Amino acid sequence: MKKSEKINGYGERFGLIIAFFIMIITISFLSDRFLTLPNILNILRQSSINGIIAVGMTMVILTAGIDLSVGSILGLTAVITADLLHSGIPVFLAILLGLLLGFCIGFVNGLLITKFKIPPFIATLGMMTLARGLAFTYTQGKPITGLNESFRVIGTGMIGSIPLPVIIAALVFFLGYLFLKRSRHGENIYALGNNETAAEFSGIPVKRYISLVYALSGFLSALAGMILIGRLDSAQPIIGQGYEFDAIAAVVVGGTSFTGGHGSVWGTLIGVLIIAVINNGLNLLDVSSFYEQVVKGVVIAIALLLHRLAQKKN
Amino acid sequence: MIEQNNFILSMENIIKIFPGVTALDDVTFRAEFGEIHALVGENGAGKSTLMKVLAGINSPDSGSINLDSEIVEIGSPGKAQSLGISMIHQELALIPYLTVGQNIYLGREPHRKIKTFIDWKKLYKQAKVQLSRLDMDIDPKTLVVNIPIAQQQMVEVAKALSINAKIIVMDEPTSALTDKETKILFRVMRHLKDQGITILYISHRLEEIFEIADRVTVLRDGFHISTSIISDISSDDIVKMMVGRELGDLYPKKNVPQNECVLEVKGLSSGKLLNNISFHLNKGEVLGISGLIGAGRTELARALFGIDTFDHGEIFINGDSVRIRSPREAISMGLGFLTEDRKEQGLFLGMSVRENITISVLKEFSSFGFPFFSKLKTLTEKFIKQMNIRTPNIHQKVKNLSGGNQQKVLIARWLNLNPRVLILDEPTRGIDVGAKAEIYTLIDRLAGDGVGIIMISSELPEIIGISDRVIVIREGSITGEFSREELSQDKIMQCAATGGIDES
Ligand SMILES: Nc1ncnc2c1ncn2[C@@H]1O[C@H](COP(=O)(O)OP(=O)(O)OP(=O)(O)O)[C@@H](O)[C@H]1O
Ligand SMILES: [Mg+2]
Repeated sequence: MKKSEKINGYGERFGLIIAFFIMIITISFLSDRFLTLPNILNILRQSSINGIIAVGMTMVILTAGIDLSVGSILGLTAVITADLLHSGIPVFLAILLGLLLGFCIGFVNGLLITKFKIPPFIATLGMMTLARGLAFTYTQGKPITGLNESFRVIGTGMIGSIPLPVIIAALVFFLGYLFLKRSRHGENIYALGNNETAAEFSGIPVKRYISLVYALSGFLSALAGMILIGRLDSAQPIIGQGYEFDAIAAVVVGGTSFTGGHGSVWGTLIGVLIIAVINNGLNLLDVSSFYEQVVKGVVIAIALLLHRLAQKKN
Repeated sequence: MIEQNNFILSMENIIKIFPGVTALDDVTFRAEFGEIHALVGENGAGKSTLMKVLAGINSPDSGSINLDSEIVEIGSPGKAQSLGISMIHQELALIPYLTVGQNIYLGREPHRKIKTFIDWKKLYKQAKVQLSRLDMDIDPKTLVVNIPIAQQQMVEVAKALSINAKIIVMDEPTSALTDKETKILFRVMRHLKDQGITILYISHRLEEIFEIADRVTVLRDGFHISTSIISDISSDDIVKMMVGRELGDLYPKKNVPQNECVLEVKGLSSGKLLNNISFHLNKGEVLGISGLIGAGRTELARALFGIDTFDHGEIFINGDSVRIRSPREAISMGLGFLTEDRKEQGLFLGMSVRENITISVLKEFSSFGFPFFSKLKTLTEKFIKQMNIRTPNIHQKVKNLSGGNQQKVLIARWLNLNPRVLILDEPTRGIDVGAKAEIYTLIDRLAGDGVGIIMISSELPEIIGISDRVIVIREGSITGEFSREELSQDKIMQCAATGGIDES
């Protein structure tokens, strides 16, 4: 299909890619540890969790929605999965149940939005508090540590020299791309993000798609949570707090628009990498954590600005 | 010949190129002081683009603009305003949740001594004055959402007056107006003309042009074809110049309805909007629904299509009683609905022509959820050719198409579905004569294939030209029904306005 559409897409993301490379070059001059293979793999590993969440967030924002509950869903599913593992059920079953739980919580978000007409911001804000609260009550505030070794592979395993989380994230991005840009469901999601009334009048099951998108976001948050506790070997009820910020930032830096119907997972991928590189660079350069947030904010703002400029040119 | 310096405006050798389209190709356009100058041409001819160049929205690739014989650079809409140029857009650009007064003075609010504070009292007083110049008796504190489109149109005019515009551009101002409202607008236009204001007027309705314009300019495919004094030219001449060929019979009528009923409605009532509506529609029949704007025609269509619920009544499709609770169900039962508001309810503006046309059939053209893009491409190209949709390629974003071509895209979307019943709500609004003829032919062909067609239209000649039968709706009730043989404009108007025909 879309030779010209693709070219168009690259054009739009051009500014962003430039910003990304400027950043890489700058940091590599400041620190010679930056562009080494172990560090690059490290960046990719660190960004895999945000990446997985951000793919779900991309879909949600494409429908002109927002999901603030991703961090809390991650936390709740993480502690429950950890507990299931302790209870001795087979590892794959624990994983399956944990993912299913994430899916269901997301689906509830979707129902609140479509059936009860609660605005996404409010519905998921409520879920954010509720799921976090449940995580705390469930664990009585105590971390669950010492997880099954074969489970932990999901967070610590390597295939060749590439960390397993990176491969999972790559797979999620690829599937996300197939779903959004190649399947009819993706096209329907773009359409409803573009004009919900028109979508409904064209016979698209708008509510079903909206619910699906939040459910997928919940599912992916749960998946990200498993990778995280696998690596940490511990599930704390506070885990994942604030993750919604990085995910939303990645999506928006990646050029997906809040008004819906416009954007892509590849943009989000660049957004995720930009944020990961900022974090890593600040670490390597020993920037005090007080300044970290400030620098992060400024860099994101600059990236957005470049993006806008490139878009205007187009 | 008129002396050069009589021109208040001359746009010389304007070229404007969009990716893939030359919208204006060396167009020279001149307007005299205090004239009403009509601008006509097919959809996509470049009318709006030319006027947007004048209003500082599009910047030309080359060419120059003279105002009062002085070369000006119009870089922005703000600059255009300060030069006394005001444009009323094809799509109204008022802000719905601001008041009428706020809209009129948007960005130019009268202020108190300290500039940050708006002088509301003065604003509303001045707004009132502007409105009364147009014989408009509405409270400037009303929210724009709460007034009908015709009045919104007038608010736009008031806005233009308030900046002391010397040139007012009106891009298809009458397409959403009733005849009566059009009359009022024309009166205002003549009044403005007498005050020395130049009006540039875009319309697809030739009768209107002969009624109101002093001169007319025809554009075709981005070229300037001719400019003539209105009394020197005939309607046929204009049409010929617009489409570049002779246009045959505007209303082809070949097909006779079949005897089989495809849709029947019994006793449909909904609050105050619809009152005991009953009618039937046969296969291959074109049923015209006439009435004034706001009579309940769109509401009827929405109820049929499952968008709005209704209190009483029954719907039968092919003889079976059905319940339609959503557009999705309506579509699955073989209904199609072309809405009157294409931007708000029809188009995916940020998406491509291909995506807009094929959204309705994605499922049929997919296996395991993945569409065959090459087939969708072929399908789209077929429609582009068949309906003569002007677009550089199938990937063009629909927002970049001209209004008429957007409408064709939407019609293509519904044709895709091979509906049993197709409801068309003002399908030719904003569409040029050539395209209109194409759409009428299409409707006739569909009818020939056995599709039942409900045609809602405010244009009487069109309703009369194309319908097998017409029902007239007034204040939510059917007030008349006419077979093709009995039809006349007078009868319809009488039923629409007063609710029945005097038997005398
Ligand atoms: N922003 C844009 N980007 C790309 N192409 C454009 C853009 N605006 C207009 N065009 C193209 O320029 C041509 C002229 O469009 P324009 O809107 O001026 O037509 P028009 O004469 O006003 O038609 P209509 O009667 O349908 O409103 C069309 O082919 C249209 O698709
Ligand atoms: Mg136009």
